[in-house]
Amino acid sequence: MDSGLLFNLTTVAYFASMVLFFAYIATKNKTVALVATLTAFAGFLIQTGALGLRWYESYQILGEDGRAPLTNLYESVVFFAWSILLIYLLIDWKYKQRTIGAFVMPIALFSMLWAQMSLHSTIDPLVPALQSNWLTYHVITCFLGYAGFAVAFGVSIMYLLKIGKEEKHKGDGPIGGILGMFPSTRILDDLNYKAIMIGFPLLTLGIITGAAWANYAWGTYWSWDPKETWSLIVWFIYAAFIHARFTRGWVGRRAAWLSVFGFAATLFCYLGVNLVLSGLHSYGSA
Amino acid sequence: MTEKTKSFPDRVWDFFCSLKLTIILLLLLALTSIIGTLIQQNAPAADYIREYGQANYELFVKLQFIDMYHSTWFIGILALFSINLICCSIKNFPRAWKFYRAPMLVPGEGILKGSANQAEYKSKDSKQQVAERLSGLLRKEIGKTTLSEKEGKLYLFAQKGIYSRFGAYITHVSILIVMAGAIVGNIWGFKAYVNIVEGSEVNQVLSRNGTLPIDLGFTVRCDDFDVSYYPNSNRPKDYNSDLVVLENGQEMVRKRIEVNDPLTYKGITFYQSSYGPAGSAFFKVRVTDNASGETLEVNARQGQHVQLPNGYSFAVTNFTENDRNFGPAMQMHVNTPDGKHGAPFVVWQNFPQFDVKRGGVFSFALLGADQPQFTGLQVAKDPGVNIVWLGCFLMVFGSLSAFFFSHKRIWVCLEDEGSKTRIRVAGNAHRNQSGFSLAFDELQQKIEASIKNESRKEG
Repeated sequence: MDSGLLFNLTTVAYFASMVLFFAYIATKNKTVALVATLTAFAGFLIQTGALGLRWYESYQILGEDGRAPLTNLYESVVFFAWSILLIYLLIDWKYKQRTIGAFVMPIALFSMLWAQMSLHSTIDPLVPALQSNWLTYHVITCFLGYAGFAVAFGVSIMYLLKIGKEEKHKGDGPIGGILGMFPSTRILDDLNYKAIMIGFPLLTLGIITGAAWANYAWGTYWSWDPKETWSLIVWFIYAAFIHARFTRGWVGRRAAWLSVFGFAATLFCYLGVNLVLSGLHSYGSA
Repeated sequence: MTEKTKSFPDRVWDFFCSLKLTIILLLLLALTSIIGTLIQQNAPAADYIREYGQANYELFVKLQFIDMYHSTWFIGILALFSINLICCSIKNFPRAWKFYRAPMLVPGEGILKGSANQAEYKSKDSKQQVAERLSGLLRKEIGKTTLSEKEGKLYLFAQKGIYSRFGAYITHVSILIVMAGAIVGNIWGFKAYVNIVEGSEVNQVLSRNGTLPIDLGFTVRCDDFDVSYYPNSNRPKDYNSDLVVLENGQEMVRKRIEVNDPLTYKGITFYQSSYGPAGSAFFKVRVTDNASGETLEVNARQGQHVQLPNGYSFAVTNFTENDRNFGPAMQMHVNTPDGKHGAPFVVWQNFPQFDVKRGGVFSFALLGADQPQFTGLQVAKDPGVNIVWLGCFLMVFGSLSAFFFSHKRIWVCLEDEGSKTRIRVAGNAHRNQSGFSLAFDELQQKIEASIKNESRKEG
């Protein structure tokens, strides 16, 4: 058994979980929702095992140069999916809003599919610049932050779908159909904020650990390189979101859109900068 | 007071205090920051002209897009952002401070009756007895508890997490501290680089954005430079330099630095950043006259012709540490006595007998090669960096306390009602209401249990 096989199993579990969440929204059957959540949790456990196994495999292949599986594009995308599941399961455990799974699992699933189908999964040794404990702290904090924003994005989409319908809805009774299954807009708005409250301090820590590392390796904690700048852009957007929550005229819809733009900027910071722009962050092999 | 009756200074003040301004400035910073990630920063003029044309280049210069993060307008937005931050804090801080300085020990009826979290009990015990017991409980469950008396009623007040009211201010101040640290670093620090050839020393470094050399005030010598590769690959695994700091000819510090492990002396830090060949390499070559079998050993400098017997000569033209996994190899050629340039060929250090098979007049073996290297160091002095880290620490600490903790307050009012004591409890939290409700329910059960148990014991 190797980690690749386990990652494939993970992908299958996430796919099954997503389909089950869709089925839950269609059938309103609570058992289906529970099975969907348990499937997601099983996938998360398998992926945790797979990450551990890949870590172990790196020592078998590279000897003493083995390292945590957090270095190239493949590993980062896989870790992104894992982080999303971690944050999502925490929020599910605390707030028990099962429909959210239908909007968060697809993000994790697409990450896994992309990694498994078109990224190089070879375990290469690290260039000297990446041989630092800061790498681990930096990657973990950044990706948990990104994951918080991914969950917030899923919730914001639900909010925007629901609020549009609610405003058109004239009658006194609750909204029927699929949107009726969604949590109320008040709860969605609150969950959006809670997910960002998790993501924002983690992103802040991610930027700080990155700066500390850069200072330790090159003597500059900030050099306005595109990756750094984009992480700051993401930070600005979510800072605006947090203040929007306290400001009349900015709550609700505008805050949800800020969350959507924030996640778009997050994705560009994570992938766009590397695939479109150039800079220091090259994911080892890319 | 309506908007129109406000004086001009008041309106200016309101403008700088407003959260709307904060949001707009944050989004403006986000949007404008994109420019510098699309247009390369601080590149030579020719690059911009080639890519965007002369007219656009001149426009970029006018708009300060070439170095936009240090442009007047970008610094201007940052300055406005700082002013906004300061004004907001000045406006709202006194209220938070009042919670700290003058906690509401005696709640009004509004709180006792109107709180979302409240409860009421009766007890046969006296006010003083109940107060004593409940203050013990509150001290254990919440924290410091204050007892006060007013108009014949006894009041208990307990609170927890008052510091979370200051989280936002700490975060805001931390941003200003980070900016201050950056300014200190810009004024009193420098970013520079220097290349030192193995065995030589320097006492000046070159500024990264200017041409003037900077005096270090001491001397740095590089005794040795080494690079190691991963097995069977050209991927460097490590490179390091043995650095020695000298003052007045005295050795002060010695350290082997590598990437991610710099040397700091008197506030100036040396970071391993690059390396390269310095000058020509030297080769120790054994030449065998194939006819006579006579051998001689010579030292050849790369690119220079070395005389051989009978008017021949040879030159080493190239060298590599690893030629297709066969190890170190040199490329060379032999000139005939009439000056004709022979065909180039390769000699591998690990296969000294190999060149005999080429069948020339002479055969060559490579005994050793020495390529002097220079080590490339980034040099930085940044007296502001610790201020920046202090700001970063406060930012994390402040935002965590602002997001995840809340100021929770509990009031108890005890009054005589006939022979009994009427007990009213109220509580509130300044955020996370749902979480506080659950905690209040639990507290309520404990209070109830405490009142009943004690009454039974004593009764």
